[in-house]
Amino acid sequence: MATLEIHDLHVSVDAENGPREILKGVDLTIKQGETHAVMGPNGSGKSTLAYSLAGHPKYTVTGGTVTLDGEDVLEMSVDERARAGVFLAMQYPVEVPGVSVSNFLRTSATAIRGEAPKLRTWVKEVKEAMEKLSMDPAFAERNVNEGFSGGEKKRHEILQLELLKPKIAILDETDSGLDVDALRIVSEGVNRVRETGEVGTLLITHYTRILRYIKPDFVHVFANGRIVESGGAELADQLENEGYDKYVKGGASA
Amino acid sequence: MAEAQNIPAGSTTAGSIAVAAESTVATRMSAPPSFDVADFPVPHGREEEWRFTPLARLRGLHDGTAVATGEGVRVEIEAPEGVTVETVGREDERLRKAGKPVDRVAAQAYSSFEKASVVTVAKEAVLDEPIRIAVHGQGGVAFGHQVIELGAFAEAVVVIDHTGDAVLAANVDFVLGDGAKLTVVSVQDWEKDAVHVAQHNALLGRDASFKSVVVTFGGDVVRLHPRVSYAAPGGSAELFGLYFTDAGQHQEHRLLVDHNTPHCSSNVAYKGALQGQDAHAVWIGDVLIQAAAEGTDTYELNRNLVLTDGARVDSVPNLEIETGEIAGAGHASATGRFDDEQLFYLMARGIPETEARRLVVRGFFAELVQQIGLPDVEERLIAKVEAELEASV
Repeated sequence: MATLEIHDLHVSVDAENGPREILKGVDLTIKQGETHAVMGPNGSGKSTLAYSLAGHPKYTVTGGTVTLDGEDVLEMSVDERARAGVFLAMQYPVEVPGVSVSNFLRTSATAIRGEAPKLRTWVKEVKEAMEKLSMDPAFAERNVNEGFSGGEKKRHEILQLELLKPKIAILDETDSGLDVDALRIVSEGVNRVRETGEVGTLLITHYTRILRYIKPDFVHVFANGRIVESGGAELADQLENEGYDKYVKGGASA
Repeated sequence: MAEAQNIPAGSTTAGSIAVAAESTVATRMSAPPSFDVADFPVPHGREEEWRFTPLARLRGLHDGTAVATGEGVRVEIEAPEGVTVETVGREDERLRKAGKPVDRVAAQAYSSFEKASVVTVAKEAVLDEPIRIAVHGQGGVAFGHQVIELGAFAEAVVVIDHTGDAVLAANVDFVLGDGAKLTVVSVQDWEKDAVHVAQHNALLGRDASFKSVVVTFGGDVVRLHPRVSYAAPGGSAELFGLYFTDAGQHQEHRLLVDHNTPHCSSNVAYKGALQGQDAHAVWIGDVLIQAAAEGTDTYELNRNLVLTDGARVDSVPNLEIETGEIAGAGHASATGRFDDEQLFYLMARGIPETEARRLVVRGFFAELVQQIGLPDVEERLIAKVEAELEASV
C-alpha cells in the first residue's frame, strides 16, 4: 500500500532580505485510500506544502524528509516525482501556448505509464473522462489552459488526475473560484478517483464548502507553517462555525 | 496594437505607427537607393539601418575591402521543364527591374558581381516541381545576383538553399507578372563562420501572389532585407520567417512592404527562438502605406522566444500610413522568456525537461510552420528545430 510520509519538513523561499522560512516542521502521513483535508488561513503555508511536495524550484527544503513507500521524494526531480506517483492539481494552472490539450495529455500519459497508450483505447478513454467532467470534445484541440475559464482550468486538472491515476493526489485549492455547479462536477471527479481506493488524497482548502462533496477521513488545521491540530471530519464543522481565529491569535501573522 | 510582454533584460521592443506627410521609412536610410556603391558612404555603425549590425564581423563587405575570390560559392540551379535558366552579363536589363539596392552592402553586391542568373518561368506555365537553387559556400568571398521572373499567370515554387561557409553579398529579385503565383523558400543553413548579407526585391504585377518563407539557422552574421512593392493593384504578399539564433550568432531580418498601389495586401509573420550567450536577433518590420494606396490591408507580427540567459532581441515594427482610406493595418511584437512555470507544469505531469522544452518550442513555431503550405519544407523545419534543441541540451 502506497504511503507518503512527511517528517519534520522545513521549507524556505528567497525573499528580498534573505531566505524566509515558510514551513516550520510539518509531519503528515498519507496512505493509499485515505483522504486528508489540510485547512488553514491565507498565508499559513498550505500551498507551499503542495508545491514543495511537487518539487517547485522556488522552494528550498532546509530540513526534514519526504518519502513515498520509503523512496526519498526530495531527491527526485519534478518529473521523477510525477512518474513515482505524486500528482499536484494546481491552484493556478499554467498556460502553454501552441501545445494542444490532446497532445499534452498523451505526452504526459506516455511519460507516466512508461509507454505510449494504444491510440484507439486512449481516444476512448479521454473522451469518456471528458464526458464525465461535462467537457466539450472541442476542448482537446485548444492550447493547454490558454483562454480557459477558472472552471475549465480546474476541470482540466481533474481530467489529468483521472487519466494519470497517481498514488498520491495533492489538490491545491481546487475549489477556489468555482461556482456551485463546477464545484459539484469537479468534486464528483475527485470522488471517482477516490472510490478506486488506490489514491491517497491531500485536499488543501481554505473553505469547508468542498468538504460537503468530498468527505475527508482526517482534517488538519494548518497555521504558521505547521499542523496545529488534527482530527476527524468533525473538526471541519468546528472550523465552519468558529473560523481560524483561535489558531492565528497570538501566532505569527497570517 | 503594439504589445510587449515579459521582455528579457537587454532586449528591446519598440514600435511606432506614424501618420506622416514625409516618409520616415525612406528618410531613415543614409542615402537614396542606388545601383552604385559609390553613392553610399561607408557605414560607421550609428546609422539607423546599421545600428544593430556588428560591422566588424562583416569581413569588409561594408567598406570595400572584401574582394571576390575564385572559390566563393557554387550555385546549382535545378529546374523542371517550362523554365529557362540563363547566365547573363551585367548589361542585361532584367537585372534592374525589381528594385535598387538600398544600402551599401547591397550596392556593393550589385557593383561587384560578374555574371548573374536569370530564371524565367513562361507565362501560364504551372510547375509541379519546385525550382531548386543550391548556393554552397566554398570558403571564399562572393557577390551574387539572381533574378526569378514569372510570366503572367505562371505558378512556381523556388527553394533556395544556402549551405557551407562563405562571405556572400547578394541581391535576389523576384518579378511576378499579372496573376502570377510565386512561393520562395530561402533557407540559411550556413556553417558557423559564414557571413551572408542579401537584399530580396519582389515586384508584384496585377493580382499577383507572392509568398516568401525565410528560414535562418546558421552563419556567424546573416542580414537579410526582404522587400516588396507592387507594380499594379490587387497584389498580395505573405512574408513568413523563422529563425533559431544560437550563442554568438547575429541574425537580422529587415522587412519593407511598400504599399504604393491601391488594393494590395500584405501579411508579415516572423518568429524566432534564441539560446546561448550573445545570441542576437534583430527584426525590423517597415510597412509604408503611401497616399495612393487606398484599400490596403496589412498586418505584421514578430514573436521571439528567449530560451536562455545571455540572448538579446531587438524588434522594431514601423507602420507608416499616408492615407486613411485603408482596409486594415496593424502590427504586433512580443519577446518572451521561456517560462519556468510552463516547464514546471509540464514536468509535474511526468514529462522530462528536454521533452517539455521541445513541446513548448514546437508549439511556438507550429502555427507559423503550418502556414508555409509545403509539407516537405514543413517537415524539414520541424526536424531542424528539434536538432537545434538537441544541440542545446
